Amino acid sequence: MKKTYHVDENGYYGSFGGAYIPEMLFPNTEELRTQYLDIMGSESFKKEFDALLKDYVGRPTPLYFAKRLSALYNTKIYLKREDLCHTGAHKVNNTIGQILMAKRLGKTRIIAETGAGQHGVATATVCALMGMECVVYMGAVDIKRQAPNVARMKMLGATVRAAESGSKTLKDATNEAIRDWINNPVNTHYIIGSVVGPHPYPDMVARFQSVISKEIKSQLLEKEGRENPDHVVACVGGGSNAAGAYYHFLDTPQVNIIAVEAAGKGIHTGESAATSALGKEGIIHGSKTLLMQTKDGQITEPYSISAGLDYPGVGPMHAHLFESKRAEFISVTDQDAMAAGLLVSKMEGIIPAIETSHAFAIFESRPFGKEEVVVVNLSGRGDKDLNTYIDYFKL
Amino acid sequence: MADPKKVLSIYFTAGYPEKEDTVKVLSQLQEAGVDLVEIGLPFSDPLADGPTIQDSSTAALKNGMHTQLLFDQLKDIRKSIHIPLIVMGYFNPMLQYGVDAFLSQCAQIGIDGIIMPDLPLAEYEQHYKKLYEKHGIKNIFLITPQTSDARIKAIDQASDSFIYLVSTASVTGSKSGFGEEQEAYFERIAQMKLKNPLVVGFGIHDANTFSQATKHTSGAIIGSAFIKTITEKGLKGISPFIKSLRPH
Repeated sequence: MKKTYHVDENGYYGSFGGAYIPEMLFPNTEELRTQYLDIMGSESFKKEFDALLKDYVGRPTPLYFAKRLSALYNTKIYLKREDLCHTGAHKVNNTIGQILMAKRLGKTRIIAETGAGQHGVATATVCALMGMECVVYMGAVDIKRQAPNVARMKMLGATVRAAESGSKTLKDATNEAIRDWINNPVNTHYIIGSVVGPHPYPDMVARFQSVISKEIKSQLLEKEGRENPDHVVACVGGGSNAAGAYYHFLDTPQVNIIAVEAAGKGIHTGESAATSALGKEGIIHGSKTLLMQTKDGQITEPYSISAGLDYPGVGPMHAHLFESKRAEFISVTDQDAMAAGLLVSKMEGIIPAIETSHAFAIFESRPFGKEEVVVVNLSGRGDKDLNTYIDYFKL
Repeated sequence: MADPKKVLSIYFTAGYPEKEDTVKVLSQLQEAGVDLVEIGLPFSDPLADGPTIQDSSTAALKNGMHTQLLFDQLKDIRKSIHIPLIVMGYFNPMLQYGVDAFLSQCAQIGIDGIIMPDLPLAEYEQHYKKLYEKHGIKNIFLITPQTSDARIKAIDQASDSFIYLVSTASVTGSKSGFGEEQEAYFERIAQMKLKNPLVVGFGIHDANTFSQATKHTSGAIIGSAFIKTITEKGLKGISPFIKSLRPH
């Protein structure tokens, strides 16, 4: 059998993945598992999904040759402009797909978790678009930190509920969303925001995000006369923008995959989110994957200046890419990410989300060949992070 | 009133309210006439639990509770406790301890069974069933109002102790009480004539709900209401609470 980095028929990527869920969630995930491929493959679904991506999200997003950055780092850097998607990040590719899925499954109520608020906004947006009830769980601490996104969700008609348990951040918001799903097993669909959770979520979300690498291939062919870059670079929290950027290159070994994690204040400072360096195999939110935990198996709190990378695990696809050495994992500190964000702003006129700034920071220490083509997935724009940039640089 | 032949089972969180309370709680539960106890191994992210059990888990972890400490606390438990004992928790701490080593410790102590709500049937049968059997530890599965008949039968086949019947679509600690819908569900499952007895959990908090839950089943489990009692009244609240569930 051909070696593949995609999910297998049992919902595993190598030894990672599966569906470690309480029995209460079995009927819902089973319904999804048995139907998601048929629904996504149907002509009516594809037509509706593609039309919304084009006319509502604004796809295809450009693949832009970053001339000044390329000259600075003496290589060929292309930026995949997911920051130009409606709502300002790649997240909406997935929420469009999942709300169409929910409609076809006959669901009338949508729940979601959110950390920084980007996935919450993207979910509230598609619920407004489809006229569906929307409840977003957000850590009480994050609600305070991300007031503009909370206001956005409310304007879009969503109810924002505070997660008051544990550390009151993304991990706890996810727990609360799962509890809501247990309490509402019939009418509710849970739109998970990343390539995490029980099978089939990691694969379904990766497929919805795979439009990113599909477009990269055709756009690169036009610009460089070849479909495959030498390197594809993306930041990884849970890993949905990365999964989308890698998807069509996973089984093309000549394309080097680079995953950039948040080292926070430094990998060994105790304030980090570098899961590949600090994590161990375990179960989080229904999936067997790499996660940060105590030796006793209690899940620990990650830290990063970027709320979108502040998750104690990675999706099972990424855990497998790391363990099999298919991907190169690099971790970047807060300090280096912030400097890279400022540099990209000044040199290309694009203020990136702090998540994406981590991906740009690798060029300072990781050399690339002059003729090599490096595609960086510019997953989101930095407007949401303006307060963090202002505080950090005393702007 | 409640039938004394019905199994009264209590869930409590190990290391709560104080780290060294695990054995004291067990002794008082046996003394008060409880038939079966589920010892909760605390976890940082208890997905299937409501706020009461979550908070007790968080407090127990703060008290310094951990897997090896639980096994140490229970080392000589069979010298004094003779009722069946079940360990209930989430799968990640068991996985980190080592599934084989965890089961071996349970067997040495004299634990009868384990409930891991997030270790589903397929994963259990494929990866862990042989280990459970090697150590003679029973695995107890949950079924819910949404579980299909075919799956209930499969779970019955895979079980040889009892089946944990989740009363309603909810996390632990809901207080709505039982209506006709639940009673019809308990009766429907009872009429399937499964080989394993049914013990109802979730939402049972007093003599009335205990009686309703056990009308068509073999017993019922009380968790959140018990934790609330010891949170408010301390361990001296145990005996009166248990007696209130089965008034003579």
